[in-house]
Amino acid sequence: MSRKSEEPLLQLENLSAYFHDKRIIKDINFSVGRNKVVSIMGPSGCGKTTLIRCVNRMHEMSPGGTATGKIIMDGEDLNKINTIKVRRKIGMVFQRPNPFPTMTIYENVIAGYLLNGIKIPKKISHEIVEDSLSKAALWDEVKDGLNKKGTYLSGGQQQRLCIARALAMNPEILLLDEPTSALDPKATSRIEELVVQLKENVTILMVTHNIAQAARVSDDTAFMYLGELVEYGSTKEMFTVPKDKRTEEYLTGKFG
Amino acid sequence: MNKDIFMEKGFKVILKSAGIVILMIPALLLVTLVVQSAPAVKAYGAGFIFRQTWDPVREIYGALPFLAGTLVTSFLALLIAFPFSFAVALILSEYMKEGVIATILKSAVELLAGIPSVIYGFWGLLVLVPLIRKLELAAGIPPYGVSILSASLILAIMIIPYASTMAREVMSMISGDIKEAAYSLGGTHWEVLRKVVIPTSYSGIFAGVLLALGRALGETMAVTMVIGNTNKLFTNIFEPGNTMASVIANEFTEAVSDLYLSSLIELGLLLFIVTAIINFIGRLIIKRFEIKGAGK
Repeated sequence: MSRKSEEPLLQLENLSAYFHDKRIIKDINFSVGRNKVVSIMGPSGCGKTTLIRCVNRMHEMSPGGTATGKIIMDGEDLNKINTIKVRRKIGMVFQRPNPFPTMTIYENVIAGYLLNGIKIPKKISHEIVEDSLSKAALWDEVKDGLNKKGTYLSGGQQQRLCIARALAMNPEILLLDEPTSALDPKATSRIEELVVQLKENVTILMVTHNIAQAARVSDDTAFMYLGELVEYGSTKEMFTVPKDKRTEEYLTGKFG
Repeated sequence: MNKDIFMEKGFKVILKSAGIVILMIPALLLVTLVVQSAPAVKAYGAGFIFRQTWDPVREIYGALPFLAGTLVTSFLALLIAFPFSFAVALILSEYMKEGVIATILKSAVELLAGIPSVIYGFWGLLVLVPLIRKLELAAGIPPYGVSILSASLILAIMIIPYASTMAREVMSMISGDIKEAAYSLGGTHWEVLRKVVIPTSYSGIFAGVLLALGRALGETMAVTMVIGNTNKLFTNIFEPGNTMASVIANEFTEAVSDLYLSSLIELGLLLFIVTAIINFIGRLIIKRFEIKGAGK
């Protein structure tokens, strides 16, 4: 393996985020290795979602949203690059499936290209669609109806379509914001299987409410409480021997 | 009987009767128009619609100048009003959602809808008509001032609030989820507007256009004051003309003979039918644009 692959892909240094004067997350420091799945868990309102929204600079789009500190990816400070470039490198999937209602399944997959006005030849766009849908484990279910509207799919299929849409841009990092919170158990387990498969190609940061889900899919876990990073480390270790009392209490269901 | 069930049933009856009354109003209106226009329909047949002459002295009645006047002024007004309405709707739903200026702009647009049409007519007569007359003089065409164009311009101002309010509401109702998805893919504000927000709002934007068009088709007072009220068919938009609504309002009191009155009522029937057809086609188009899962 090359030296590059041993270096962390993403490093957060003293990351704080605010809504107006209110500090939502406080001095977060951690780094994420390549091709890892990292779960970010913690009780509601602890700043998990804000944290990942800082990574692709979506947080600053919310009214009153600002952030300080550094987010370094491949040695580059993301706060110093144009947000549009940042978001092409870092894909995002949201809590509720949100395919574009005017677009077909096909168009939804290449929506990133359509939006940015990137012209791609037909042949390549077909390849991107098939490849992304296959990676998102949706190809077999939709290959005969690519011209149907994306919103006609079931909730779980829509969410996989949204994953395909993010993957089509060939991102290095995929942010998943509670991707299964609006789905039924069966659709949830499909997405979880998918997440494990996807780490071959992409590094994943996943916010989750679900402790069992974090245990099932992630290599590393960050536990946040009241805007602070309480504990960060290998999922196995954290779930067997949590270092912090708050982590232990959360894992055993004493609060949350 | 249990009191709750009685109330429940009574309430339903009240709601249903309100619905029936609403259904009956246009039906009865149509019946009145059909019955009263029967003598003219019998006398002129389909020729009424296509004849260019409207001569009460010789008792020859043809609706073409007014039908053309109504359609041309309305669509021209829409053409002029749409860019403004759309721009205002975009500003208020995407670029300036709150703040003093946005509030002022929003109230100004709403105020436009609240001004009585006779005031628009007055303003048109005192300001717009002389201005157009000057321009016509400068351009070397007959300086009527009052014209199809003047009427269209006044109508355009009057219908801006209808088209823009509807478009604004639909665009600001688009779910934030979809917009966030577009931004997360690296879209710029303009790209998100053009590729996601506007296409998702087509049905609402078109519904606003339809509402505005309906308003323009039936507008009477302001039009009659600036259009010139001639019974001749115009050959270009700088000439005076007349619309169906305007001619009915102008000549109703003078209609002494039964056939004259009946012809005016047939004009009313024609206006009713034109409006209904345009509305029907409009609904079909809106349906085609309707999109599942676009709302909040």
